[in-house]
Amino acid sequence: MIDARGLSCPMPVLMVQREVKKNQPKTIEVLVDNMTAVGNITRFAASQHYTVKTEEIDGEYQMTLTK
Amino acid sequence: METEKKGFAGFIKRNWLVILTGLVTGAAAVVLSALGNPANMGFCIACFERDIAGALKFHSAGVVQYFRPEIVGLVLGACIMSLIKKEWKPQGGSSPFTRFVLGMLVMIGALVFLGCPLRMVIRIGGGDVNALVGLLGFVVGIVIGTFPLRFGFSLNRAYKQNAFEGLLFPILLVVLFVLSLIPELFAKSTEGPGGMHAPWYAALLIAIVVGALCQRSRLCMAGGVRDVVLFKDFHLIYGFLAIIVAVVIGNLITKSFKFGIADQPIAHTDGIFNFLGMALVGWGSVLLGGCPLRQLILAGEGNSDSAVTVFGFIAGAAVSHNFGLASSAKGIGSGPVLWVLIAGFVILAALSVFNTKRRA
Repeated sequence: MIDARGLSCPMPVLMVQREVKKNQPKTIEVLVDNMTAVGNITRFAASQHYTVKTEEIDGEYQMTLTK
Repeated sequence: METEKKGFAGFIKRNWLVILTGLVTGAAAVVLSALGNPANMGFCIACFERDIAGALKFHSAGVVQYFRPEIVGLVLGACIMSLIKKEWKPQGGSSPFTRFVLGMLVMIGALVFLGCPLRMVIRIGGGDVNALVGLLGFVVGIVIGTFPLRFGFSLNRAYKQNAFEGLLFPILLVVLFVLSLIPELFAKSTEGPGGMHAPWYAALLIAIVVGALCQRSRLCMAGGVRDVVLFKDFHLIYGFLAIIVAVVIGNLITKSFKFGIADQPIAHTDGIFNFLGMALVGWGSVLLGGCPLRQLILAGEGNSDSAVTVFGFIAGAAVSHNFGLASSAKGIGSGPVLWVLIAGFVILAALSVFNTKRRA
């Protein structure tokens, strides 16, 4: 689980990029707290051929990226 | 589930909002200039915050003092839209003083160039070749700034704050704006760029619309270039390009397009300083996580770190004008501009290194 809550742009998507480059996992779970990060991660995930599922829980966003 | 759609339809689906925001922002800039704002300065976050610093008598440069309603409108538009969309969130505590200092440096660089990244784009759309030199510096600054990002730079997390912390900045701006309507309370230029302005109600309304759109689309000049460098993601840069398209068309319609280097409106031709000023802006903006426009939008969304950054901009503007660092149409300032820029780069380098935790 990548916890990117409270981090400025573009840290959340950079953390996801780092994880993809390092481990190329089939599934990545990310927790963010703003829609800008959700949008950035969704675009990056699509470019890496991941599908994205986003669920809002109390103003935070649980993202699941799967390949 | 969201998947990538291919082709032109997919391109429009992914990018229409940021393109629309760019087109509206560019058109708004041309309209504001036609209504009285200085040429190629329909919008300029740095210049307008500098004018506000002057209006509040933080500096005494008589030609750049006016409480610009555009700044209030952008923040209000973002605040209202984020409340409607339930994205308003009071947040803060991510290295606020570092952000204040970064804000000062970004403003000092912007006033050497004579414009924030948004005005740089508007100047390009007006045919000002000096702004292309600025763009080169801006890109170089951003590329430098992406290195600390790759190595784990962070200003640490922001945390949830109480609602008043998030509302204080928009409320303060509205109160100051109302006070600015009282004659002779604030300083107000009668000549120079500060003396040129659209009617306050037009400036306020147009900026509210632009602020609301920028909140939805996350338009950011620094983010546009940064995302191309880091992720090969062109999404935000389409907004950047849309501003240029709208400004070129608007300037052709209003017969204000003038291609060239010399005699451009509120610009100087010193290429080295245009380059260095915008390099400082680019690097600083990447470390801040967004350009001056984006900081206003985030501050409207309840981010008090961005509100602190905006006050860093205002302090930077006061320093620039009080110590001869700000340029004018005649050229660079009479103060130690080069030394301050060098000091700025050294400070950015130090902040980049000291806020980076090397990750394996």
